[in-house]
Amino acid sequence: MTRSEIRAAFEDGPALVSYVAAGDPSVEASKEYVEALVDGGSDVIELGLPFSEPVAEGTTIQNAIKRALNAGMTPDAYLDLVRDLDVDVPVVCMTYYNLIYQYGESEARSASENASGDEPRASGGPEEFVAAAAEAGISGFVVPDLPVDESGPMYEACREHGLDLIFIVAPTTTPERLERMLDRTTGFVYVQGRLGTTAPATRSARTRPRPSNACRTPTSRRPSASASRRASRPARSSPAARTASSSGARTSTSSPRAWRTTCPRRTSPTASNRSPRS
Amino acid sequence: MSERGTTTTDEQETRAGKFGAYGGQYVPEVLMPAVEELADAYERYVLANEDGFVDDFRARIREFGGRPTPLSRAENLSERYGFDVYLKREDLLHGGAHKLNNALGQVLLAKYMGKERIVAETGAGQHGTATAMACAYLDMPCEIYMGRTDVNRQRPNVFRMRIHDAEVNPVDVGSGTLKEAINETMRDWATNVEDTHYVIGSVVGPHPFPAMVRDFQSVISEEVREQSREKLGELPEAVVACAGGGSNTMGAFAAFAGSASLPGAPEGTHDPAPDVDLLAVEAGGSSLGVDESEGYAPNSASLSTGSEGVLHGARTKLLQTEEGQIVESHSVSAGLDYAGVGPELAHLVDEGRVTPVNVDDDAALEAFHRLSREEGIIPALESSHAIAYLEEYEGDGPVVVNVSGRGDKDLDTVIEESTARDLDAAPSMEVFEE
Repeated sequence: MTRSEIRAAFEDGPALVSYVAAGDPSVEASKEYVEALVDGGSDVIELGLPFSEPVAEGTTIQNAIKRALNAGMTPDAYLDLVRDLDVDVPVVCMTYYNLIYQYGESEARSASENASGDEPRASGGPEEFVAAAAEAGISGFVVPDLPVDESGPMYEACREHGLDLIFIVAPTTTPERLERMLDRTTGFVYVQGRLGTTAPATRSARTRPRPSNACRTPTSRRPSASASRRASRPARSSPAARTASSSGARTSTSSPRAWRTTCPRRTSPTASNRSPRS
Repeated sequence: MSERGTTTTDEQETRAGKFGAYGGQYVPEVLMPAVEELADAYERYVLANEDGFVDDFRARIREFGGRPTPLSRAENLSERYGFDVYLKREDLLHGGAHKLNNALGQVLLAKYMGKERIVAETGAGQHGTATAMACAYLDMPCEIYMGRTDVNRQRPNVFRMRIHDAEVNPVDVGSGTLKEAINETMRDWATNVEDTHYVIGSVVGPHPFPAMVRDFQSVISEEVREQSREKLGELPEAVVACAGGGSNTMGAFAAFAGSASLPGAPEGTHDPAPDVDLLAVEAGGSSLGVDESEGYAPNSASLSTGSEGVLHGARTKLLQTEEGQIVESHSVSAGLDYAGVGPELAHLVDEGRVTPVNVDDDAALEAFHRLSREEGIIPALESSHAIAYLEEYEGDGPVVVNVSGRGDKDLDTVIEESTARDLDAAPSMEVFEE
């Protein structure tokens, strides 16, 4: 898969992006779920690589991740699963930075211990995992705990291996931050429709859900045509996704037109669908 | 991609909040504007004393908190070890632990920022209690997240929080300790970020928390330096403090390391003092090391045995598997039971400025009884780790030990654990058993 394939998924109008936690409840099941989702119309698959501390997830995905970890999911098993997938849509790796950072870390660490006093950044880093993911067939990354501010090494590694790095635009994102994200975003922009974590609302946001500040406020630099094509917005789990996985499924749809005209609320039906107040 | 994206990389990533390679701001985008707003408020109100914020803080921590806390010579321990032992009595701070320094500072800051609601995590319940007290005092609604295991082993603090009218939300996932409580509080903050401030309880998390919490806690070492001048006529040879997340540790070390900056400190109290040894005592638990297959570490010694990684908003030293999954830590002391540590402490250890050591559960329990019997002070199990290290200390003194909190909250645990281990130091409780 290449970058152009993620973009291509958004070129003919709204795209359905579906999430599955890899390894929940088993590697074999995940392979079936992903292939069923694609058969059912998913245009992009977000395949979650389970991390023990999923701070951005609500209880549904937390539980899915826990089941996957208990069943023995590891980064290497994840990459094997990606290699085995028989799908013709882009697969995006959704995980947390520590797993990316640690991959291959043990060799790097012993190397840096030999060269003590050197720049500490020499140890660890995202390069090895990004390379391995590219080789396995991953098209891009969503890393919820890696804001644009800390994304330099990851951005460089993705650029080097031709993978997309997808940032999440939150309801609280400011125009300045959106500009910085757009400078580094490829593939699509993930627009978070409401405050809080993923999965159905188990707690009430005390503030009214609304589309991103950044989307509502005119910016000096309008999202470019290519940026427009990357826009996405989260949606409630579709029946297809639910069929594929009764737990841990999350879907997002995406519309290029939505980005241009609709960052405002009319185009975020999902935001209100997911809102506890509507 | 545009050139601009790459040329701004370096300036974006060398911003404040890095301690060598550690620190940073690894949080979901939804929290970044709040984190930036807080960093701005920290710079204005704390570092620059805008609107007299720090003067207000210092007045309140004196009047409400009872500062300064004493630096007392421990007569019997000094005799036992053959060198002078001084105790910094944070157990005498209002609420019974050093936690109020930070909680009062942050709740007051949230007031200055116009926030309307406070959330906090708690491990031992000391930070939750301190936050609940500060919220009652400053009239702020307060919700505390606490792991189920900790709720069960720290019941007195749960009742204290409730009595101060804070909501206490038990967290059932994982091992039900501090790590899970932090995860859940971050989720609440991400949901209610616009009007809510997250009072993080230690020198952990994204910038500005590690620096800001250190600065509020630095009143401890600021006082130790002044009191040393009066009582010892010199600076101590070493300062010993227990380290879990590391807030009492950084509080006790900051002025000596020269890393804190809280306006209004007496002249010279924050000049670096490189001759004073700084010893961070971690929880050795039942043994060191990590059981990879079980995802479990029978200790909380991330400075001594951990490796670099990213958790809860910062790059720091962690107890983790080779793949990067965070493992469940263990300590008999709930307040030290955490798989991470403050990024600045990790940096100071790498620099050689702070020396990490550890003592195990048994030694901590024995020290708990020793201080209770010989000095008439019941220390928190966390602080008992620092006291236990005196058994191994090889210098000539004087040594200052930070007694970060009092041990009333730990009595049930101590009696149960001492009986189970058949500790000689423990008094018999048999006649009181039902």
